[in-house]
Amino acid sequence: MKIGVLALQGAVREHVQAIQACGAQAVVVKKAADLAELDGLVLPGGESTAMRRLIDRADMLEPLKQFAYAGKPVFGTCAGLVLLASKIDGQEDAHLGVMDITVARNSFGRQVDSFEADLDIKGIETPFPAVFIRAPHIVNAGTRVDVLCEYDGRIVLAKSGPFLGCSFHPELTGDHRLMKLFLDMVEDEALLPTEAHYSKI
Amino acid sequence: MSEKGTDRVKRGMAEMQKGGVIMDVVNAEQAKIAEAAGATAVMALERVPSDIRKEGGVARMADPRITEEVMNAVSIPVMAKARIGHITEARILEAMGVDYIDESEVLTPADEEFHLLKNDYTVPFVCGCRNIGEAARRIGEGASMLRTKGEPGTGNIVEAVRHLRQVNSEVRNIVAMGEDELMTAARDLGASYEFLKEVKNLGRLPVVNFAAGGIATPADAALMMELGADGVFVGSGIFKSEQPERFARAIVEATAHYQDYALIAKLSKNLGPAMKGLEMATIGTADRMQERGW
Repeated sequence: MKIGVLALQGAVREHVQAIQACGAQAVVVKKAADLAELDGLVLPGGESTAMRRLIDRADMLEPLKQFAYAGKPVFGTCAGLVLLASKIDGQEDAHLGVMDITVARNSFGRQVDSFEADLDIKGIETPFPAVFIRAPHIVNAGTRVDVLCEYDGRIVLAKSGPFLGCSFHPELTGDHRLMKLFLDMVEDEALLPTEAHYSKI
Repeated sequence: MSEKGTDRVKRGMAEMQKGGVIMDVVNAEQAKIAEAAGATAVMALERVPSDIRKEGGVARMADPRITEEVMNAVSIPVMAKARIGHITEARILEAMGVDYIDESEVLTPADEEFHLLKNDYTVPFVCGCRNIGEAARRIGEGASMLRTKGEPGTGNIVEAVRHLRQVNSEVRNIVAMGEDELMTAARDLGASYEFLKEVKNLGRLPVVNFAAGGIATPADAALMMELGADGVFVGSGIFKSEQPERFARAIVEATAHYQDYALIAKLSKNLGPAMKGLEMATIGTADRMQERGW
C-alpha cells in the first residue's frame, strides 16, 4: 500500500514515520506527478495559507481535487482538515473543498491556548492523546458525515466517505491508531465514492 | 483534562512551521504581504536588523501597538522579539498573546550573563545558536525551537552556513560516538550529558532548527535547506529588496522546492537587486550580533 504525504510544508516527517510504522509505504508528494499510483494521501499539519500558496504555484489544486474525486482516501490533520473542508468560516473560498464540513480556523485561540487532552474516539477503545495547536474545529458537518469525536462540545474528528479529518495532531504523539484507522479505510475496497461525500462545486 | 504550555504543545508548534519561511515585518502592511506570499509566520519588530545595524542605538522590543496591529492583520502565527534576559519584555509579549517569542541577539541584550528561564512560560521561545553547546543550553532553559544565528542584517550567508554546518556536524559526531565518550563531549561542548544522550538516541536535535542571519535570495534559502535546516527566517532580505512581494514569494517557493534547481533558476530571474549586503571583514567583533548571548 502506497500512501503519499503532501510535502510542501509542515509536519511531513512525522506522518511518514507513522505510515511506515503501520507497515505501509510512504511517498513524499511535492508535485502533481507524485500523486500517481498512490492508494491514499495525508495532508499534514502546518500552515494552511502557506500550503495553499504552494499548492497553487505547483499547479496542484486540480490534481488534488481529482485525486479526491476518484474516491482515493485522504486524511487531513489540522491544516490538512482546513484544506479538505468545503467551507471555511469567515472566508469566501475553500481550498480542496471536497469534504462536506465547515471549519473555523484557530478556533481554540492563539498559541498560549494550545493544549493537550485525552480524547474518547468512536471505535477506539482507550483514550487517544491529542495535541491541539492553534487548532481549527468542525463547526458544521453534513448529514452523511460521521462524527467520531467531540471535545468541549466541538467536533474535532470526522469521517465522510473516503475522507478523514481531525483538528489535532496525531503525528506528534507516536500513537498510530488513527493512522491505522485511515489505512483500514484505504484497504477497504468496498469503499466507493458516492456523490453525497462531496460538496457542490 | 487539558494541559496548556507543555513541551509537546510548544515544540509541536515549531514542527508545524517546518519547510516554511518566517519573515521579519515592521508593520501590518508588510505582514499582509508576507502572509499573501506564503510565509508560515511573521516576526514583528520595530526595525529590521540591517536598520538596527545602520542606525545604532539600543534595540528593544517593538512598540506593542506595532505587534498588536500585526496580530490583527494576519491569521498566521505572529512571533515577536524580546531582548536576551529581559523577563518583563517577554512577559509583556506573552500577556499580549504573541504566538512565539524570539529571545534575540538582534536586540541589545538586557542581561549579559543570564538568558530567560523559558521553562517558566506558557508561550514557546525560539533562540539563536552557533554550535551544539549553545543549542543545548537554550533548550535546557526551555527553548522549544532553535535557529542558527548567522549574522543578522548583513545579507551575507557566510555566517549562517558556518553555524548550521557546525551544529549539524556536531550532531553527527554525537550520534556516531560511543556512549562512554558522551560525558567528555558534554564537558568540552558545554552541553548537558542528558541532552547529548537524547541527541544520540534521536539521531537529531530534539527541537526544530531553522536557519537565520544573512539569507537574501531564493538560492540562499534553498542552500540552508540543502544543508539541513528545517526552515528559514528572513529578516532584512525581503523588505530591503527592491521588490518585496516577488522576493517573498520566490523565497517561499525556493524553500519548499529546494532541490528543484530549474525552478529556483526561474524564480530568481528578474527579481531585481537583493539587499546590498555587508562583507564580514568590515564588521568588527564588537559589532557582530552573533557574539551576544553565550
